[in-house]
Amino acid sequence: MSTHTIVSLPDQSTARIPKDNYITRENGLLSWLLTSDHKRIAILYLISITFFFFIGGALAGLIRLELLTPQADLMASDTYNKVFTMHGVIMIFFFLVPSVPATLGNFFIPMMIGAKDLALPKVNLLSWYLYMAGGLLALYTMTVGGVDTGWTFTTPLSTHYVNTNVLTTGLAVFIAGFSSILTGLNFIVTIHKMRAPGLTWFRLPLFIWSNYAASILMVLGTPVLAIAIVLIALERTLGIGVFDPTKGGDPLLFQHLFWFYSHPAVYIMILPGMGVISEVISNFSRKRVFGYTAVAFSSVAIAVFGFFVWAHHMFIMGISNYAVLVFSLLSMLVAVPSAIKIFNWSLTLYKGSITFETPMLYAFGFMGLFTIGGMTGVFLGSSGTDIHLTETYFIVAHFHFVMVGGMLMAFLAGIHFWWPKMTGRMYPEKISQLAAVVTFIGFNLTFFPQFILGMLGMPRRYAAYPPEFQILNVFSTAGATILGVGYLLPVLYLVWSLRYGAIAGDNPWQATGLEWQTQSPPLTENFAVIPIMDHEAYDYEWLEKQQKEKGVTSVG
Amino acid sequence: MNHISPVIWQFLVKWLTNFALLPPEASKIAPQMDALLFFLVLVSLIGLTIVVLLVVSFSILYNKKRHPVAVQVEGSTLLEAIWTIIPLGLFLVIFVWGALIYFRVFTPPANAMNIYVVGKQWMWKVEHPGGQHEINALHVPTGRAVQLTLISQDVFHSFSIPAFRVKREAIPGRYTTVWFEATTPGTYHLFCTQYCGTNHSQMTGDVVVMSPEEYRKWLASSTSGVSLAQNGERLFASLSCAACHNARPDARGPSLANVYGAKLALASGGTVIADDAYLREAILNPSQHITQGYAPIMPTYQGQISEEGVIALIEYIKNLNSDYRIEQTLNSTEMPPGSEGAAKGGVTPAVKGPVTKGTVKP
Repeated sequence: MSTHTIVSLPDQSTARIPKDNYITRENGLLSWLLTSDHKRIAILYLISITFFFFIGGALAGLIRLELLTPQADLMASDTYNKVFTMHGVIMIFFFLVPSVPATLGNFFIPMMIGAKDLALPKVNLLSWYLYMAGGLLALYTMTVGGVDTGWTFTTPLSTHYVNTNVLTTGLAVFIAGFSSILTGLNFIVTIHKMRAPGLTWFRLPLFIWSNYAASILMVLGTPVLAIAIVLIALERTLGIGVFDPTKGGDPLLFQHLFWFYSHPAVYIMILPGMGVISEVISNFSRKRVFGYTAVAFSSVAIAVFGFFVWAHHMFIMGISNYAVLVFSLLSMLVAVPSAIKIFNWSLTLYKGSITFETPMLYAFGFMGLFTIGGMTGVFLGSSGTDIHLTETYFIVAHFHFVMVGGMLMAFLAGIHFWWPKMTGRMYPEKISQLAAVVTFIGFNLTFFPQFILGMLGMPRRYAAYPPEFQILNVFSTAGATILGVGYLLPVLYLVWSLRYGAIAGDNPWQATGLEWQTQSPPLTENFAVIPIMDHEAYDYEWLEKQQKEKGVTSVG
Repeated sequence: MNHISPVIWQFLVKWLTNFALLPPEASKIAPQMDALLFFLVLVSLIGLTIVVLLVVSFSILYNKKRHPVAVQVEGSTLLEAIWTIIPLGLFLVIFVWGALIYFRVFTPPANAMNIYVVGKQWMWKVEHPGGQHEINALHVPTGRAVQLTLISQDVFHSFSIPAFRVKREAIPGRYTTVWFEATTPGTYHLFCTQYCGTNHSQMTGDVVVMSPEEYRKWLASSTSGVSLAQNGERLFASLSCAACHNARPDARGPSLANVYGAKLALASGGTVIADDAYLREAILNPSQHITQGYAPIMPTYQGQISEEGVIALIEYIKNLNSDYRIEQTLNSTEMPPGSEGAAKGGVTPAVKGPVTKGTVKP
């Protein structure tokens, strides 16, 4: 075995993909569209969110092209406003929120806890249909004229002043919200009720902990978004006046409701990604995650504190100074668990035996970019500096560092890590390492200049800007093209690998999770025999012993 | 370097020679804000360096080649405590420091000169007390605390002056304030930073900071000849506010002399300070804000006065320190007050303009 890699593949000349697996068990389009198998639903999600990601990405490309020059010359201001609105709506509600939970979570939560499926398989399928209904409705609104409220639907702009498709877009988000609620509910029930014998809470992989925390946020937060959208619809159609000051309403109330969901929503997006990073870092350094309990509880702490920081989006909006104090303080507290995670991951490497396969490269990228994203969050949580930085490109850069630099890197790390388990085949290593590096460089070139633009005061959501900001925008656009290449590459080689990739075998990474102790791709019922958990999570010594025994028996 | 596109090359040279991380510091608060920003950058750099150092050095020390067998380490309560307490401490310092700056930016000194700003899609309208009107521009003197009272007449806007490091949301139906003291003469960017629809990115302008003498010259040369309060007085007359607010013993509305800043007892119980926000509400939505001892007969002026009109009225009321002024206003409406009062004997609050009604009916 090479010393540069932990990959151990079966002998390619004799190895074959197991004949009976979740992909081959049934055939035909209907067998996919009516499936209640969590793995098949995860694949449906994977295809659909990738589709939406590239639509959102194309819109991002248009934004960057427009911003290449200071004038609004590529498109009219109205078009630009629609483009950034649709970019936000699609990326947030139809990519980031479902990304890791609905694909990797759906596929691996039951497998990691040794269950045959989620607790509510049909509800799981319903989630996907709701998601698709919402997503297609959002695409439909794009084709009939789009919407230009910004993804934040700020009142009274969205209720009284724009004539675009606010109601249909709102309905799309409303429907997709139910998909998210049902997925969260399904995960919570599954994690509580369907763990394999011996699998206590503190033996769970950290991926489960973080998805559990995110699920709680989904179930508790998303209904508030639904309420806010319903109120917008009522205000727009019937003029009920809750947000209308001339009728005694309060336009700020909408932002309270919206951010009560949308701030926890960023934790819905990032927590599952953090779970992926815990799995990947542990596996490629062959070590149990440093401070397992601290990492597990930091997820819970983020979920709890995450609910009480929403008003930091409104520091300059005339909320009371004392509310600002409280929300600023709580925002500082929520930064601490993230710091705890970063340091624990770093220390996991200590005395490990580290290899640098693609998932690990993405995980390293995550750690660097998320540290920057998290620290710049402190700039914004500090009420004084927020005055200067809010509503500028600094916010844009901060958000993209956390969501794209953090979440998307984590998503790609996870996709590469579990690809062999999902498909039974390896992705090509060299080109994917290249893609990870290209993504990292492209990302920094795209978004780092935006921090400087924001410090200089360039407002966000501007189709045109003063000429002195051009050079930094040129850097950013140049970076975006590199980033585009970085995202296209995985699609190409992952599709290629479906046919030509090396056969992975059960456990190519020699990982400890229960999902790796069964065939790849797994059986429809995941395990031939329900496993019994008699060891801790990330127990590499257990795995070694296990493999030795297996080796002995097969020889004998 | 001719093989690089000359345009890009020019840009690079220009950018590198004028490289800046922050806009010029043109207000008193700017250096204080920047000090905290630099501290934050410093803390971030240290944090990032620690993480990168840990990852890189462990990757070198413990890569599989060098360190083929991992040694399991469970964790360390001491380390957990260290990296909980140190970041927490730093964040708390940043919190206190930030809050101090926040309170400074949003607590104007008592002697600040007030300028009203009305945001609308897609322009900023500035009303100086001396009657100077500006659109998408703001002239201010150095060395003098200036308070802006902002309101929007449609959607949310945000008034941002990066060189001053201040920004404040202009909200429909509510006054917000911010203040600054400009220090360096010059012309600076003014942006609307809250997305407000089609021409959001055109809702920009210039903030012109002038020395006090130049500012005086500017004030004298750009006044419309009628101060904001005088405008308010005209409105007060044309809306016949003085029909009731006339300070007579039998007046149906309270006297407005010296009312600004006074503590009022409300008919609904409780007291309120008569500030800009209260006066605006009392004009637009009077039935909710009746002073004790008066009947709820004042009609609403919602939809009849623009935000600028309300501002002019407030400015007039602010400067009203004797009933003598009201008497004058009353006379200037050319309405015999006696007949006005008689004609209005039993009118309902729904009646809007007493003047027109009064003149038509008899």
